[in-house]
Amino acid sequence: MNQNVNKQALFNYVLALGDDAITMGHRLSEWCRNAPFLEEDLAIGNVALDFIGRAQMFYQYAAELDDQGRSEDDLAFLRDCRDFRNLLIYELPKGDFAFTMVRQMIVDLFNMEFLEQLTKSSDERLSAIAGKCIKESRYHLRRSHDWVLRLGDGTEESHERAQRALVDIWGYTPELFMVDESEQQLVQAGIAVDRAALMSVWDNRVGQILTEAKLQKPEDSWKVEGGRRGVHTEHLGHMLSELQFLQRAYPGLQW
Amino acid sequence: MTEFKMNEAELEKVFQKRIDDEQKIEPKDWMPEKYRKNLIRQISQHAHSEVIGMQPEGNWITRAPTLRRKMVLLAKVQDEGGHGLYLYSSAETLGISREEMVEALQTGAAKYASIFNYPTLTWADVGAIGWLVDGAAIVNQISLQRTSYGPYARAMVRVCKEESFHQRQGYESLMVLAFGNAEQKQMAQDALDRWWWPSLMMFGPHDADSAHSSQSMKWKIKRKSNDELRQSFVDQSVPQAEYLGLKIPDSNLKWNEERGHYDFGEIDWDEFLRVINGDGMCNRDRISHHVKVHNEGQWVRDAMRAYEEKKRARELKKSA
Repeated sequence: MNQNVNKQALFNYVLALGDDAITMGHRLSEWCRNAPFLEEDLAIGNVALDFIGRAQMFYQYAAELDDQGRSEDDLAFLRDCRDFRNLLIYELPKGDFAFTMVRQMIVDLFNMEFLEQLTKSSDERLSAIAGKCIKESRYHLRRSHDWVLRLGDGTEESHERAQRALVDIWGYTPELFMVDESEQQLVQAGIAVDRAALMSVWDNRVGQILTEAKLQKPEDSWKVEGGRRGVHTEHLGHMLSELQFLQRAYPGLQW
Repeated sequence: MTEFKMNEAELEKVFQKRIDDEQKIEPKDWMPEKYRKNLIRQISQHAHSEVIGMQPEGNWITRAPTLRRKMVLLAKVQDEGGHGLYLYSSAETLGISREEMVEALQTGAAKYASIFNYPTLTWADVGAIGWLVDGAAIVNQISLQRTSYGPYARAMVRVCKEESFHQRQGYESLMVLAFGNAEQKQMAQDALDRWWWPSLMMFGPHDADSAHSSQSMKWKIKRKSNDELRQSFVDQSVPQAEYLGLKIPDSNLKWNEERGHYDFGEIDWDEFLRVINGDGMCNRDRISHHVKVHNEGQWVRDAMRAYEEKKRARELKKSA
């Protein structure tokens, strides 16, 4: 494999992981001062902080690999929608508390498996980041799992809201396991995680949690994808216009 | 009955003696009803201020200019929420529930710091709140670390540590703007222009006009008067503004050699009263936001309770 192609593929990969983390962190941070009770404002803020911190670590690494010499903040604040590579599930608006928590359980389960594999990456930097993040994800999953139980097996209203959230999210989950060609090369080089291979474990565990929460696993009747190619929902552009406002309105300054 | 009255009077005497001897009053100790009420008013007002204060600062979390600033701001707003939690707990030791306090906030029976009725319009406002609003809060809270009610004093020790950290962070972020380009410097100056006077108002009316002050001083709930605290704040802030190269919007501000303090102009007390009485820019928004979020969260809190009850019932059944 050509050394440059490899470096470019690695840059794209690390950048995409940064984009996953910043979009998730942004959505979670929207709950701060808007949560159902004060303790939850703090708890959800902690999870948001972990994801933004994760974005910072991935972007720092990506910035070191970038041949255009961009900084971590340039990568977060100065790329437009088409250049963002996050999986779509992360950019979806926060919705109600049921939507947020059902999505969180789904991505926390995914991240547990994903990060576990990433700790085995032949790229030491990625392996080190994964080692740090997996501890956070363990805590995130404990929380989101508990919440899905409470909502699924709480009141009639909470059950309905959780079930609706699950149906609305379900078609975004297959993308978690789709691997493109550039990523496939990195999988073969022992750098990237083969996400396709995580699907059955994830599917099993989601099934267990949903049964425990008295929720119905939706039919696999629809799916959308495109995030890794920069094809997004219309929601991302609005998120970026908010996220990037200052850097765009006052370009080239220190903050 | 006479005997009861004697006892009450004696108890009050013993109580005042303990205060005079700098002993802390603890939740289980006897205390005059007015002392309890006065403290509930003050501590819950303080808790509400922390919670309502999350709104103007939280307004910038999704727009913070760098990843680091975003994390610092989010962590800060979380800290404010945490302060709200320990202050609500302190007030609960006086026999009022958090639900009752929240209801008093939402109906307007309880107040919160009026400064949070001003809007955060630019990124510089976030720095200005850290520097000035947290700075003013610290001046007040340092003296409250010695307040006579034990749980409140201990909460203040913890709160002060975190607030000092926030103040440094706020000042540092404003410093970047003050030393930045012309637009950034203007943004910082504008923030100082808008936050300076409201910050001075945070210390409340002049001592002579303060409704609760003299009794609170006697009970050592308050340790320093509004005017004394305001003066310390002005004295500490002037050199900080000078270092930033920003101008405090007060043409009467001048060092007084004789007093060893800065003289400063008169607060616009009409504005002070107007905002306290509900006509600040954001009074309605702050409360309606609090009510809206609280109501939207009702089904979540219901679900949590219902789940806990089911779980308990299942465990009982299992053990039976």
